[in-house]
Amino acid sequence: MADVDFTHTTVEMRGIVKKFGSLVANDHIDLTVHKGEVHALLGENGAGKTTLMNVLYGLYQPNSGEIFIKGDKVEVTNPNIAISRGIGMVHQHFMLIPPFTVTQNIILGKETSGPFGVLDIQKAAEEVKAISEQYDLYVDPDQKIEDISVGMQQRVEILKALYRNADILILDEPTAVLTPQEIREFITIIRNLTFQGKTVILITHKLREIKQAADYCTIIRRGKRIDTVEVEKTTEQELASMMVGRSVSFYVKKEARIPGEAILQVKDLVVRDNRNLKAVDGLSLEVRKGEILGLAGVDGNGQKELVEALTGLRRVESGGIFVHERDVTNRDPRDIIDSKVCTIPEDRQKRGLVSDFTVEENIILENFDRKPFSSRGVLNFQAIRDYAGKLIDTFQISPPDGTVRAGTLSGGNQQKVIIAREVSNDPDLLIASQPTRGLDVGAIEYVHSSLVAQRDKDKAVLLVSLELDEIMDLSDRIAVIYEGKIVGIVNAVDADENTLGLMMAGGGQENG
Amino acid sequence: MAMLNSLGFILGTTLMYATPLLFTSLGGVMSENSGVVNIGLEGMMTFGAFAAATVGYFSGNPWLGFLAGGLASGFLGFLHALACVTFAANQVVSGIAINFLGPGLALFLSRKFFDGATMTYNLPIEMKMPKYFNNMLPEGTFVRQVLNQDISVFMAFTLVLLIWFLLYRTKLGLRIRAVGEHPKAADTLGVNVSRIRYLCVILSGVFAGFGGASMSLAVASNFFQTLISGQGFIALAAMIFGKWKPHGAMVACLIFGCAQAMTIFIGGTGLRVPQEFLSMAPYILTLVILMGFVGRAVAPASDGIPYIKDES
Repeated sequence: MADVDFTHTTVEMRGIVKKFGSLVANDHIDLTVHKGEVHALLGENGAGKTTLMNVLYGLYQPNSGEIFIKGDKVEVTNPNIAISRGIGMVHQHFMLIPPFTVTQNIILGKETSGPFGVLDIQKAAEEVKAISEQYDLYVDPDQKIEDISVGMQQRVEILKALYRNADILILDEPTAVLTPQEIREFITIIRNLTFQGKTVILITHKLREIKQAADYCTIIRRGKRIDTVEVEKTTEQELASMMVGRSVSFYVKKEARIPGEAILQVKDLVVRDNRNLKAVDGLSLEVRKGEILGLAGVDGNGQKELVEALTGLRRVESGGIFVHERDVTNRDPRDIIDSKVCTIPEDRQKRGLVSDFTVEENIILENFDRKPFSSRGVLNFQAIRDYAGKLIDTFQISPPDGTVRAGTLSGGNQQKVIIAREVSNDPDLLIASQPTRGLDVGAIEYVHSSLVAQRDKDKAVLLVSLELDEIMDLSDRIAVIYEGKIVGIVNAVDADENTLGLMMAGGGQENG
Repeated sequence: MAMLNSLGFILGTTLMYATPLLFTSLGGVMSENSGVVNIGLEGMMTFGAFAAATVGYFSGNPWLGFLAGGLASGFLGFLHALACVTFAANQVVSGIAINFLGPGLALFLSRKFFDGATMTYNLPIEMKMPKYFNNMLPEGTFVRQVLNQDISVFMAFTLVLLIWFLLYRTKLGLRIRAVGEHPKAADTLGVNVSRIRYLCVILSGVFAGFGGASMSLAVASNFFQTLISGQGFIALAAMIFGKWKPHGAMVACLIFGCAQAMTIFIGGTGLRVPQEFLSMAPYILTLVILMGFVGRAVAPASDGIPYIKDES
């Protein structure tokens, strides 16, 4: 633990209430942060963590409540006030301007300038270099943001705050876009910052990071503060139960199985992306009956294009896709669905659901033209309603009403609708692309057990995910994708995070 | 000698016709770099041309007229900003409204001030924008042929330099471009997005007004209904062709100006080309250039998207 100074509260928020229309995002939240600590804010998606920090940073105005910074009561009506009080915020989606240089991004709003507001970029670049050396955050001041890695972009974001003399740093889901190695580096960075007297508020829903990085943790659930605990004395299990409001199991129970013959075979597949570059470049893999094959990789290494090619949404340039040894290369999606391939797509709002349609309509989206749902081109609403009602029951979709618009459901329930639709088609191959993205712990648990259930029914499952933990927990075998190729396949029992992380960064060797 | 004379004539005419386009195009550069699409340039230019001619006529002072042109269109710019920034309206729709409003107001006020006429009275030469460099340049030379221009020409090209410096070398310029690329990023750093956009859209109107004024006070000597007829749109095209950069817009305006000059030059040579086709040339050139080049031009990332603060 860093030198936490208990005599000085750096940030104190009392009774913060923030409403958006009828939604109460923050319901009388109290938060106390001491100087020099790493304070985690833990909560599910939509619990109100980010809203609370946006209030502290002056982006949102609270409906009621008080904020004290370093002992003074402050009305934070805009970010300038927060900045002048030493608060810096790194947003989940980086607030960087791609065509601007690192220096321009850092100085924006607090420019070094001479008479008539003429910029002194030279001097600014030197200043940037100086703080980057002081805090051991390497960046190249003259490069454009669009040309640097995500890890460096994050360092630019932190430097932006430090350049404004921030001593309280708010980091919103900072590790979502990083590889395991980058995450470790990042945790060292925040540790370093607290040793230099900075206070860090870390917004996250990843329990492991809290255990590794934080001193204290405030748990927020549905807009209310549940508790503030000392991280060392609390287990991950306890943190999770407080976050979700009931006990959750992390580890999906899974018995060893002997996989059968290959259901999906991909041979030397080449697929181009929207910029006409080879996103999938000679990729081969096989998914067998009764196994979950996890595809691990850093975002943008061809996963999206691979899934689109497999599901018939993107043209295959060369190579082949075989389901049950039948060639389905460049077939249309209908054909592929009929080959008993179902998909949980990456973007549930764009590809998974028609959000303006009702839940019922979404449930029969793949079968609407078949009996009993329609005959002679006319929909049979009674049959649709009965069928949807059954699925809503089985899959515990909430609200239990098939006539509400799918777009109004929570992320977890939207995902349940998709799973219900796909799984009840009784597929032989289930392709799940980032099936838990943006879901909270409870919903993740549900999705995971559904995937394992498919496997246990002797189906083949291809799991594509950016979350290495998820891949390691669920898969029987793990394939690592890097620049459109499989750089290695390992059995999950033999896999360790380090080796996988290295492979994901391109350091792997062909052995699969 | 005749060759040189012709060349001098073409270059001089090019500069003359490029000027109104250039002012207006720079207006577009200002507005769109801050993230507000301004297709209302045509209407702003028309209204500016009318206001300049009217104030110039009644005051007898071209400088007052020129300024009035800028102010009048600056007011239209303010309306555009009000719609696009404060009320987050669709910027194209607001621009179209401005394009109806500008010429409509001009016509209405013209009938009011000029006894029901749809044009303003002719300005005598001493009430037009002056040609200061006229007497400094030796008579009958090539240099004189090219540079014997209204003061507004020199002002327009100076403005290119000023705006380039503003956008790429100053604090305010960095903020303007930041707001046009990623307003939320700018907002989180305490840059006032609305204020910057208001400033830029109003300036956009002012420059378009100068463009109109340099038409009615310098190129022509009064305002009439077909005076502008599409030049605002050509200026808009020039800005796009110039990749949203002031120096790019300048090059584009010179090309369009040259097309106009060639039209006049060919018309004067006795070549048997129908006048109608010649008049079409600048517009056809606009089409061709836009078809060929716009695909490759990159607008500021948030150009045309209203910034709504409480949206996460």
